[in-house]
Amino acid sequence: MFARLVYESFRRQKRRKLLAGTAITLGVTVATAMIAVATDIGDKINRELRTIGANLIVTPQEDTLDVEIGGVNLKPPTDGAFLNEADLPKIKGTFWHNNITGFAPMLPVPVTLEYGSSSQNVTLTGTYFAKQLSFGKETFVTGVRSTYPLWKVDGWWPDDNYSSVLLGERLAARIHWHALTAVKLAGREFHVRGVLSTGGPEDDQIFAPLSVAQEILGKPGAVRRVYVSALTKPEDALARRDPKTLSGPIYDRWYCSPYPQSIAFQLMEAIPHSHAEQIRQVAQNEGAVLTRIEGLIFLITLAALFASALAVSAAMATAIFERRAEVGLMKALGAGKLAVASIFFAEASLLALLGGLVGFGAGAVLAHQIGRSIFDSQISISPVLLPVILAIAVIVTFVGSAAAIRRAVNLDPVFALRGEL
Amino acid sequence: MFLRMLVRAAVLRRGRAASALFAMVVAAAVATAMLNLYVDVQAKLQREFRNYGANIVLVGKDDASLPAGTLAQVDSVLAGRGVAAPFGMIVARTGDGQPIVVAGTDFDRVRQLDRWWSVSSWPSTPSEIPMPRAEDAREMGHPALVGVRALAAVAPRNQTFDLIFQGRTLHVNPAGTVQTGAAEDSRIYISLADFVAWIGVQPSSIEVAANGSPEEVAAVMNQLAQAIPAADVRPVRQIMEGEARVLGKTRATMLAAAVLIVLTSALCVLSTLMGWVFDRRRDFAIMKALGASGRLLNGFFAAEAAVLGAAGALLGFLVGIGLAAWIGRANFHAAVAPRFTVLPAVLAGSIIVTLLSAIVPISMLRRVQPAVILRGE
Repeated sequence: MFARLVYESFRRQKRRKLLAGTAITLGVTVATAMIAVATDIGDKINRELRTIGANLIVTPQEDTLDVEIGGVNLKPPTDGAFLNEADLPKIKGTFWHNNITGFAPMLPVPVTLEYGSSSQNVTLTGTYFAKQLSFGKETFVTGVRSTYPLWKVDGWWPDDNYSSVLLGERLAARIHWHALTAVKLAGREFHVRGVLSTGGPEDDQIFAPLSVAQEILGKPGAVRRVYVSALTKPEDALARRDPKTLSGPIYDRWYCSPYPQSIAFQLMEAIPHSHAEQIRQVAQNEGAVLTRIEGLIFLITLAALFASALAVSAAMATAIFERRAEVGLMKALGAGKLAVASIFFAEASLLALLGGLVGFGAGAVLAHQIGRSIFDSQISISPVLLPVILAIAVIVTFVGSAAAIRRAVNLDPVFALRGEL
Repeated sequence: MFLRMLVRAAVLRRGRAASALFAMVVAAAVATAMLNLYVDVQAKLQREFRNYGANIVLVGKDDASLPAGTLAQVDSVLAGRGVAAPFGMIVARTGDGQPIVVAGTDFDRVRQLDRWWSVSSWPSTPSEIPMPRAEDAREMGHPALVGVRALAAVAPRNQTFDLIFQGRTLHVNPAGTVQTGAAEDSRIYISLADFVAWIGVQPSSIEVAANGSPEEVAAVMNQLAQAIPAADVRPVRQIMEGEARVLGKTRATMLAAAVLIVLTSALCVLSTLMGWVFDRRRDFAIMKALGASGRLLNGFFAAEAAVLGAAGALLGFLVGIGLAAWIGRANFHAAVAPRFTVLPAVLAGSIIVTLLSAIVPISMLRRVQPAVILRGE
C-alpha cells in the first residue's frame, strides 16, 4: 500500500516531480562540480605557478663561492666541485618523484664566440632541453622545456644529442646574427637552431646540450647545479622545523609532506655530496599565492553548496505545499501524522537519490569541461565521492522539506480540502 | 487601491511573503558577493604577486652606470605605484685574495622589494643610530648583509673582515646574514653610501616592482623609458607572464563558479516565487470574478514581483557586501571594497528573475476559468 502510494504519486504527478527533481539535480550538479574544482584547484594552480621557474636548486656540497653578476659567472670554470651527471636520474627515485615535474642541470662555461669579424667572451651554458632519461624501468623526458615553460625560442629547440646551440636574444642582436648561419665557439663551428628569449640573464648567453659544455670544459659528466621544479605544499610551522630535532612520528609526517624543505632533504639523500635548498623567491611566494587561491575557492565552494542547498529546499517546500488537498484527503481517510510524513519523506529520498545520481554525473561532466576549458587538463572527480554527495543530497532534501512536511501533517483536513489555506 | 492591495497582499500572507523575500535576499547577497569578489580578486592577487619582487629592471645602456639622479627620477615616475631598489655590483677580493661579489644597495628598499629574503637581522639604517666618528667607523667596520655561503667562506666566526677593490680597502662588519637559495647567498651587500664612497661609481641597475594590472605595468615601463633615456628598461618576463597566467586561470574559475552560483540562486528564487504566485490563485480568481481586466491583474502581480525583487536585491546587496568583505578579510587579510557598480546589475537581475517567476504562473492561470479555481480544482 505504502509503496503503491509512492509509486502512483510519481506516476500521476510527473510535472511536479520533474520540477522538484530538476531542482535537486541542478543543485547536486553545481555542488559536485564545485567540490571537484575545489579539490583540484590547488594542484592546477600549483602547476601554473611552476611556469615561473624551478623552486629548488641542487649544488655540490663543498662548492666554492659563485662569483656571478648579471648571469655571467666569473669564477674560474674548473674551480670548485661538481655534481655527477650519472646521479641525476636518481631524482626520479625519491619519495616525491611524482611531484617533481622536471629538472634541468646547468654547466656554465666561458667561451670565445667568433662570428663574422667580431669575437667576444660569453657564457655557454650546457643543459638538457628535453632529454630522455631512464631510472629503473621508468623513462621520462626532462630539461629546461619542462622547468621553464615560458622560455621562448625563435626557431627550433636543439636536440640534446647533437651539437647545435641556442643564442640568447640580446647576444644575437649584439653580434648581428643572421638566421641559418653557424657561429664559432671555442674554435669549433656550431649550428644555431634558434634564438632564446627569457627576459632574464639567459638572453646574454649561449645554451647548448650538456655534453657540449662538458666537452669544452674537458670534464665529462660534470654538472655545476641542478634546477628542480616540484609541486609543493605551502610551508607551515612544521615545515620550518629542523628535521634533526624531530622525533619519530613527527619526523615521518615532515618527511612525507611535500614541503619544499622535505623535498630538498630527499634530493640531498638521492644525490651524493649535494646540497639542495629552496629558491626562496619562487618557493616562498608560491606558497602564499597558493594558500590565497585555495582559500578563495574553498569559500566560494561553500557559497555554492549553500546556494544549491537553498534551491533544493525551496523547490521541495513548494512541491509539498502544493499538495495540501492530498494531505487533507489522506488525513480525512484516517491516515496518522506519521503515515503522511513517511510518505513525503520516502518520496523526498527517492527524488534526492535520483536527482543526486543524475546530478553527480552532470557535475562530473561540468567539472571536466571547466578543467578542459580553463586549465587544459582533466579535473576528474573520484567515484568515492558519490555516496557522500548522495548522502548530502538526501540530507539537504530532508532538511529542506522538513518544515513544509511539518506544516502539511499539522493541516486541518477540513480547511485543506476546502482549499482555504 | 492598487497600493493597498500590494501592501495587504504582503501583510496578510506574511509567512509566504517572508520566505519569498528571504530567498530573494539570499540569492541577491550571494550574487553580489560573487560579483564583488570577481571584480576585486585581481587586485588582491596582484598584490600577492608583487611579493615575487621586481617586474621591471633598469640597467645602464652598454653596461654603463646609471646617472646619479636616476633613482629619484624612478621614484617620481612611480609616484607611490611601486617600490624601486638600486643595485651596484663589483667583484672585490677578500684579504686572502678570494674573489667575491660585493653589492651596494638601499637596505630599506630591498626589504620592501624582496620580501622572500630570509635575513637574520637587517643592518640598521644610518639614521637610526648616531653617526659614529670616522675613526670609530673604521674600527667597527661598515655594516654589511652577508650571504650565508659568503659568510662561511670569508667570516666563519662572524668576525670583521676586509674587502679590497683596485687597491682600496673596505673594513666590513657582518651585521646579518641573508639566505635566498639563489645568487644572493654568495654575495655581500653593503649600503649604497658605503659602496659609492668606496668604489666611486653609481649603481648600475634599479629593480622596480610596479603595482597594478599588466597594462598599468606596461604604462610604467613606457614612462620610465621616456624619463630615463640612459637606461635600458626591461620587463622581468618570467614573473609577469607567470602572474598573468595564474591570474587569468583563477579569474576564469571564479567566473565559472559565479555563473553557477548566480544560476542556482536564480533557480531558488524562481521556484519559491512561482510557488507563492500559484498559491494565490484564489486571490487571482476572485479579482478576475469581480471584473478585473487582464492588464490590471498582470500589472498587479508584476508590480508585486518587482517590489519584492527590488527590496530583496537592496537587502541582499548589503548582506552580500558584508559577505564579500568577510571573505576578503578571512582570506586576503584585506577588506574587499564595496563596488556600487555591481548594484544596478544585481537590481536588474533580481527584478527580471522575479518578473519571470510571476509571469509564468499568471499566464498559465489566465487560461483557467475563475470558477474552476474557486471550486478548488
